[in-house]
Amino acid sequence: MQSLTNRAKQVERKPMTLWEKMYLLSITKGMSITFGHIFKKKPTINYPEKERPFSPVFRGLHVLNRDEEGRERCTACGLCALACPAEAITMEAAERLPGEENLYKEEKYAARYEINMLRCIFCGFCEDACPKDAIYLSETFAPSNYSREKFIYGKNELLIPDPKTDPEAYAKAKGNK
Amino acid sequence: MLLTIDWLFILEKCILIAVILSISLVVAMYETWAERKVAAVIQDRRGPNRAGPFGILQPVADGLKLFMKEEIIPNLSSPFLFVVGPGLAMLTAMMTSAVVPWSSFFDIKGHIVPLQVADINIGVLYVFAVVSMGVYGMMIGGWASNNKFSLLAAVRGASQIISYELAMGLSIISLLFITGSLSLKTIVEQQQDHIINFVYQPLGFFIFLVCAFAECNRTPFDLSEAESELNFGYHQEYSSMKLGFYLFAEYVNMFISSAVMATLFFGGYDIPFVNDHQFGLAHGQNLLAILQGFSLLIKIVIFIFFFMWVRWTIPRFRYDQLMKLGWKILIPLALINMLVTGFLVLFKSNGWHF
Repeated sequence: MQSLTNRAKQVERKPMTLWEKMYLLSITKGMSITFGHIFKKKPTINYPEKERPFSPVFRGLHVLNRDEEGRERCTACGLCALACPAEAITMEAAERLPGEENLYKEEKYAARYEINMLRCIFCGFCEDACPKDAIYLSETFAPSNYSREKFIYGKNELLIPDPKTDPEAYAKAKGNK
Repeated sequence: MLLTIDWLFILEKCILIAVILSISLVVAMYETWAERKVAAVIQDRRGPNRAGPFGILQPVADGLKLFMKEEIIPNLSSPFLFVVGPGLAMLTAMMTSAVVPWSSFFDIKGHIVPLQVADINIGVLYVFAVVSMGVYGMMIGGWASNNKFSLLAAVRGASQIISYELAMGLSIISLLFITGSLSLKTIVEQQQDHIINFVYQPLGFFIFLVCAFAECNRTPFDLSEAESELNFGYHQEYSSMKLGFYLFAEYVNMFISSAVMATLFFGGYDIPFVNDHQFGLAHGQNLLAILQGFSLLIKIVIFIFFFMWVRWTIPRFRYDQLMKLGWKILIPLALINMLVTGFLVLFKSNGWHF
């Protein structure tokens, strides 16, 4: 039969010579290969001590942003919840009362803002949908947990630290974005 | 009669035995660590590095874990033999250390303390006798578990050890032609004065090495614990520290057989490229004895590394290949080696120099 490609190769099956039967050369070869591997660089990263850098486009855990004066940017417009394909975001809006101008940027704010991290698919549509630059995806990921309830992140977990009272934590949470 | 017993002598030997046993246990402990580390670096991994720096506390953690585990004795096993098995394996593994000369001697204010538990004039024979007892631990363990896989593995292991012992003995005979003595101490002293025995007996050493692999049940001859064929081998039903004893016995065996190989073929405690006698006169006998001990230890470590290196390189033999290698290749080779050596020794002793 004619072969379809010319890549077929006839296997050689000639009997081994006495020298080959002794396997001394093959064993030495194999031993030298394994010995050479001892000095090779190990690709493993020592994880807890050393973390692998994420790429700048990595979409990780969500962060609710504040402006430079430490006021929450979110106005609870619900566009993120609408954009979310996994329906992971829920929120409750509230009106800003007089005297709360230093807490919330606009007249309306999110009293409750929850993301279910088990539903979230980290697509980043919420970030795209947000007109106020109030939510973005950071370069960290959700740590493991023992109960499902703990994966519903509220404002406590999501909100970025205040840049005025805690600038270091703010810078750390903000990262390179 | 009792009053004539030299209590100092007994005390000295007891201390020596305790020290040697604890050293061989510690070495065996760190062999388990080294095995994992060597396996890791050969496979481009990092190996244990969590417990302590470089993971050196790993064997302690492993031992602790084994002690904590539930001890299961199968209902249908023979309980007495089941318990005796691992103990016997451990005992036979440790007993060989009695005749190995670990170093020359300490000179404590004119009192000479030889660093060898017993310098018996049939040392090599003793080693062989004890090593062949190693089959009992395996066989009893496999039999007492009342498990077909265990029994099969035990039978395999026993037949393997017995067949390789033949080639091992024959390869040693040609060495004994040259040394003319069965005492390990004398063999070492001869190598100190002349050249190491490996130069005279490279083939003999090679056969001995292969047989030592088989005796220790190490890959490529670890048929008695071939996971893919026999689940876990003869210690399948074992758990907790009894399993630990079996695994440990393998490492002790490796340590002792490395020591025997170094002693027989590579000059034992002799420090290479140094005239030990003159060094002893110049720097004191005690320092020399310590350095000689280290010299032997380094040789042993090299052998142990070789054992591990081979384990992570060469695949396991099939059973018929194993038997073929033992009976059809190694034994005839050892016989030929013996004949040639005997011929040459006879030649030389008749004064026909060449």
